[in-house]
Amino acid sequence: MTALLDVQAMQKAYGAIRAVDGVSFSVASGEILGVIGPNGSGKTTLFNAILGQVLPSAGSVAFEGHDVTGSKPLHLARRGIGRTFQSLQVFGKLSVRDNLIAAGQEFGTGKFARLFAAPEAGLGPRAEEIIALFRIGHVAHLPAGSLSYGQQKLVDIAMAFMSRPRLVLLDEPCAGVNPALIDQLTELLRRLNREAGTTFIVIEHNMDFVMNLCSRVICMAQGRILAEGPPAEVQANRAVLEAYLGA
Amino acid sequence: MMRFLLIAAAVIAIYFLPAGLKNYGIYIVTLWSVYVIAGMGLNLTVGYAGQISLGQAAFWGIGAYTTAIALKAGLPFLAALPLAALLCFGVGLLLGFPALRVQHHYLAFATLGFNILVYLVLRNEDWLTGGSFGINNIAEPTLLGWRISRPLDFFQFTWIATVAMGVLMALLLRSPWGRAFAALRDNPIRAESVGIDTTFYTLLAFAIGAAYAGVAGAFFACLVGFIEPAPFGVNTSLSMLLMVIAGGSGRFFGPAIGAMIVVLIPEWLRFAAEWYLAIFGVMIVVMMVWLPGGILSLPERLRGAK
Repeated sequence: MTALLDVQAMQKAYGAIRAVDGVSFSVASGEILGVIGPNGSGKTTLFNAILGQVLPSAGSVAFEGHDVTGSKPLHLARRGIGRTFQSLQVFGKLSVRDNLIAAGQEFGTGKFARLFAAPEAGLGPRAEEIIALFRIGHVAHLPAGSLSYGQQKLVDIAMAFMSRPRLVLLDEPCAGVNPALIDQLTELLRRLNREAGTTFIVIEHNMDFVMNLCSRVICMAQGRILAEGPPAEVQANRAVLEAYLGA
Repeated sequence: MMRFLLIAAAVIAIYFLPAGLKNYGIYIVTLWSVYVIAGMGLNLTVGYAGQISLGQAAFWGIGAYTTAIALKAGLPFLAALPLAALLCFGVGLLLGFPALRVQHHYLAFATLGFNILVYLVLRNEDWLTGGSFGINNIAEPTLLGWRISRPLDFFQFTWIATVAMGVLMALLLRSPWGRAFAALRDNPIRAESVGIDTTFYTLLAFAIGAAYAGVAGAFFACLVGFIEPAPFGVNTSLSMLLMVIAGGSGRFFGPAIGAMIVVLIPEWLRFAAEWYLAIFGVMIVVMMVWLPGGILSLPERLRGAK
């Protein structure tokens, strides 16, 4: 079976420093892959190199069998890859509803047709669906920038689903989020995985979240993959404990 | 509905307002109307799309000179007007390219450099622009055989055009393009990650903003009847930026209010003789400190103070 995402010998160097050093892995459709590792191990750089935010120094990325190495984020989004960032990335002055519509409006029709499209570009029902799913109806009319950190985080994640992506890369979705919201998020992602068949790659430091959600885990250290396998197995790996947990 | 009725009433009131004014008063109100058109364009570039431009007066100048030259060549105003807008759209598209590479104050200086370049072309290319002597005896516009020569008629013609340009801008901002511009302003990295072509929208923000300045320039040329390079320098670009910021950047009626501040207040302050510009300067400093969001942010400011 062709992997949904196939990363081969990915390398990203900044001068003499190799932030990502020959990383290879693949993700099957419907899988939830966790990426863990200590700070500075190259996880976010790996995401950025896959997603065209930075140009990889070497290596390749294939999505659904097509080579997408070095493709711009814009083109990857249109191919069906969504993402969230480590820091909050919402459109602060737009309402939550407009954030969601902005995240879905560029798909399907041509640019010039969009000029003459209805203001919500026919995305009202989809926005309502996502708003209900993420339980953000009570803040939907407010500017996203005026919400609490946790609410903005939910909006940020919700935006990634507006275009019905087949693969979503989440960079530390639990950072700064209260435990109750983390449980809600775990349930939401499971549901999207189960019902919409969305595949996930999740960078996260919250080990409970990773253990509960992911079917497979990669541990990175110093730009390389240190261990790979089922969550419990990786968690018990001695090298991982030494690198990540400092044991 | 109430909001729509209020806006319609204001539009009609302004149409008839200068009827009781002398020619100079009508000239000032017409100049305000022309500035509103240019300001709407700059508000799109700066307020809605989050770019910075210190070159709007250059497009204003390109529009004015294109119209003057076209009218001299015998073209009717209704042909010269779209020509001015299209030329500015094209040049604006080119000016958008630096914005793909640099932002903030670097972009400000790139656009400022462009304004200086256009000013020098207007001043030195005598064969085309008349150099420092400019172009005089610019024909009054003619519509279906009707020569618009009375100042009040010309104001009303300009005001109808201003309202039409406002309606077009409102439709643009309500469309998905408007939301894409706002997304580009708020967070370009996120915008690209959700499929928004930031290159396309950045270029368009400059091009459409420039086309509005071109239209304003066409009316300005006919308003004054004589153009020379001086009004199209960097000072005017700064005034236009002040207009957008003082009115309320990214607010639809910001340019109309801002143009009042820039065009009308100095006139009202003339009773203060040689002090009028000093008073105006102090007013702007105080306003920027107290109301950085512009006049239209006043209600929010007052609500926040309660």
